Amino acid sequence: MTINVKYFGLIAEITACEKETILFTKSNVSEFLELLYKKYPNLENKDFQVAQNQELVTQDALITGNELALLPPFAGG
Amino acid sequence: MNRYSRHIALSEIGQAGQNKLLNAKVLVIGAGGLGCPILQYLAAAGVGNIGIVDFDTIELSNLQRQVLFGSASIGLNKAEAAKTRLQDLNNTISITAYPKKLTHQNSLSLFKNYDIIVDGTDNFETRYLINDAAIITNKPVVFGAIYKFEGQVSVFNYKAGPSYRCLFSDQQEKEQSGHCEDVGVLGVLPGIIGSMQANEVLKMILEIGNILSGKLLIYNALNFQTSVIKINKSEEEINKILNEKHAFETKTMSFSCNSETTQISIEEALKKENIQFVDVREPSELPKIEHITITSIPLNDLENNLEQLETNKVLILFCQSGKRSKQAVSILKQLKINNCFSIKETSSEIKKHLENINYER
Repeated sequence: MTINVKYFGLIAEITACEKETILFTKSNVSEFLELLYKKYPNLENKDFQVAQNQELVTQDALITGNELALLPPFAGG
Repeated sequence: MNRYSRHIALSEIGQAGQNKLLNAKVLVIGAGGLGCPILQYLAAAGVGNIGIVDFDTIELSNLQRQVLFGSASIGLNKAEAAKTRLQDLNNTISITAYPKKLTHQNSLSLFKNYDIIVDGTDNFETRYLINDAAIITNKPVVFGAIYKFEGQVSVFNYKAGPSYRCLFSDQQEKEQSGHCEDVGVLGVLPGIIGSMQANEVLKMILEIGNILSGKLLIYNALNFQTSVIKINKSEEEINKILNEKHAFETKTMSFSCNSETTQISIEEALKKENIQFVDVREPSELPKIEHITITSIPLNDLENNLEQLETNKVLILFCQSGKRSKQAVSILKQLKINNCFSIKETSSEIKKHLENINYER
């Protein structure tokens, strides 16, 4: 399946884009992240959460939708 | 003329709503980029009791976005300078300045005197402190945070809703972005995000509209994209805080944004004389650093292996990303071992640098 992925903050700086489409053949979020770390090794040690179809999900969640977002925490004020 | 006639003219507010604002007590933590617009709109709106916590002083580079201050305020404490400006804006409300750092010791008693807490701080340690103190005192937190051109807004702990930890549990092992560093920021961005926070505060007091609880709003100033992400409550994260509440006031923060520089580059480290290199990674982690003599003490075992540290030398700590070595330095400083630094670079960058300069020791 194809997944539309959105990136925010520092994550978008590492991927050098704010969104892209990725072809994915496995089933859950952590498998998707493994694929993403191969493409962007610098993501692996970064702090972020994953949302699927605008809802926060855990790493073992099954990929059911076609939109994922990687959200890092922001510190600045 | 009534100061609040434009509020009172709104059927959703009226005199009754204006009275609610007058009776409200709001504590704003941080009078910086976010705090200034938050405070300005709360004071102008007639929120009757406003507390301002900030230990920091005003610098020239703050004036690009911290709109309550002018050239004459440089060098003054932010909480006190903000109070002076706001009291001129609205002399009918009561404003209290707390020119000090928020700590585990003072936060609970401070929060108890207010109905709503607003987070306008600039570092993760204080954000988690605010979150935890608000859970213990059962107060809602209006959260805002910024990074370059992007901002996040949410309301936590509102009517038993999710907390900041339900969104981002404290992942100390991972590298977090924009932490206390002098990251650039578009001046108007905290104006936008701070105004959204003020809006949430006013709606909560007035009991109108929908509150941004259980949702994270992310705004991008470059392309006006707004995303709203649903957050679920994690009872586990909240119970962890409640179960440790008796020990809350004995805790200390391991980190302060104003602490002296403890992070240096490998180049700066090698310029120092009489040094001991300490690898705080687990023994299995790669790449191994050769060319220099290294003492290996994993972060988790640090406190049990202090005798391996040659404290008559300058201690240079490193790890895989620079995050654990930074933590290790904070631990050592608490133990009064002060002559220590953490290398900013990753272990692969350190290895490469040593190879490039053919370093031998």
